[in-house]
Amino acid sequence: MVKEVERAGIPVVHMCTVVPISLTVGANRIVPTIAIPHPLGNPALTLEEEKAIRRNLVGRALKALETEVTGQTVFEK
Amino acid sequence: MIKVVQYINQFFANVGGEEMAHIPAELREGIVGPGLAFQQAFNGEAEIVATIVCGDSYFNENLEKAKAEVLSMVKQQNPDLFIAGPAFNAGRYGVACGTIAAAVKEELGIPVLTGMYKENPGADMFKNKVYMVATKNSAAGMRDAVKKMAPLALKLAKGEKIGASAEEGYMPNGLRVNFFEKERGSKRAVDMLLKKLAGKEFETEFPMPDFDRVEPNPAVKDITKAKIALVTSGGIVPKGNPDHIESSSASKYGEYDIDGVMDLTEATYETAHGGYDPIYANADADRVLPVDILREFEKEGKIGSLHRYFYTTVGNGTAVKSSKAFAAEFSKKLKADGVDAVILTST
Repeated sequence: MVKEVERAGIPVVHMCTVVPISLTVGANRIVPTIAIPHPLGNPALTLEEEKAIRRNLVGRALKALETEVTGQTVFEK
Repeated sequence: MIKVVQYINQFFANVGGEEMAHIPAELREGIVGPGLAFQQAFNGEAEIVATIVCGDSYFNENLEKAKAEVLSMVKQQNPDLFIAGPAFNAGRYGVACGTIAAAVKEELGIPVLTGMYKENPGADMFKNKVYMVATKNSAAGMRDAVKKMAPLALKLAKGEKIGASAEEGYMPNGLRVNFFEKERGSKRAVDMLLKKLAGKEFETEFPMPDFDRVEPNPAVKDITKAKIALVTSGGIVPKGNPDHIESSSASKYGEYDIDGVMDLTEATYETAHGGYDPIYANADADRVLPVDILREFEKEGKIGSLHRYFYTTVGNGTAVKSSKAFAAEFSKKLKADGVDAVILTST
């Protein structure tokens, strides 16, 4: 799906936990996430702490969208 | 007697489903689960001395650690052959099988074999590194998988010559071997042409490589003015799954209006996905589809706006062809609606 969105001409960032799969599939902008069943959260934390993590990850996704890339790029930070 | 160690996941070991996918690797003596069918097919020539059982999420979320743990278990058993799977179309399982098979081969120098469905993400990642038998897409294909894998496994363990992929049943791995065809080239070409003209199936002798890569689009110039849309393969749907999106092998996607929705709650949204433990997403779907944070960002002016619709499907054994078709269709809508960028989340 990532590739089809990209092919349609819309910049897209893939947020996922298993980065090697995303690389194999062909996503260009990738943000690694927390865990498979809760990529953008962590039930072990308090609601506020969880939101802080999510805020950070979504912020990173926006940064990825604002960044020019020439090939597959993983945004670790 | 050939000594075999097999790697399987929590599901095939009968430990449990998604709720047990977090379990770390453990070594068990002898046969567990699918090993029985393999043992029978070995017909006294080989014995499964140990089975390593590991949760799919554990392996994929802790790749390096899990790999090291399983490697040391295999090393300790010092088998003549290592079999991983078969994983069919289970994505995380396939990646685990490919990863560990390649590591055992490279680091321990032990012959390895794995098997999975051709669309398993583990297939493209590892088919050129290890012998990988093409299986059907579900565990209903176990018999067929064992029938192909067991003889090839014995050959590998004995160090016998391995024939071409089409004869042995493994996925083409990019290696070319010279051989003499029975018919000469001109005849084969004309035969192929006749089949093609007659609309019959034919097999090319020179398949074109499939490099399906899409160039990245230019970056968003001003994210604070951009309209951002959310898309997910994590199966987030309004509570009750109104369009009945299937929990695996999805045949459709959903388009849902989130106008005025500030937060996805337990009472209003859930996941339809059957390929991961749903309790965390059902309790708070923002953990998969971050509507709450994007609303916050919208209010603070960090983004222009959050698009009024999100698009969702279940990426669990769903055919690549279907996913492509879904996304091609909704991308047109996104484009027409003036969406500037997409955040796509996967579980």
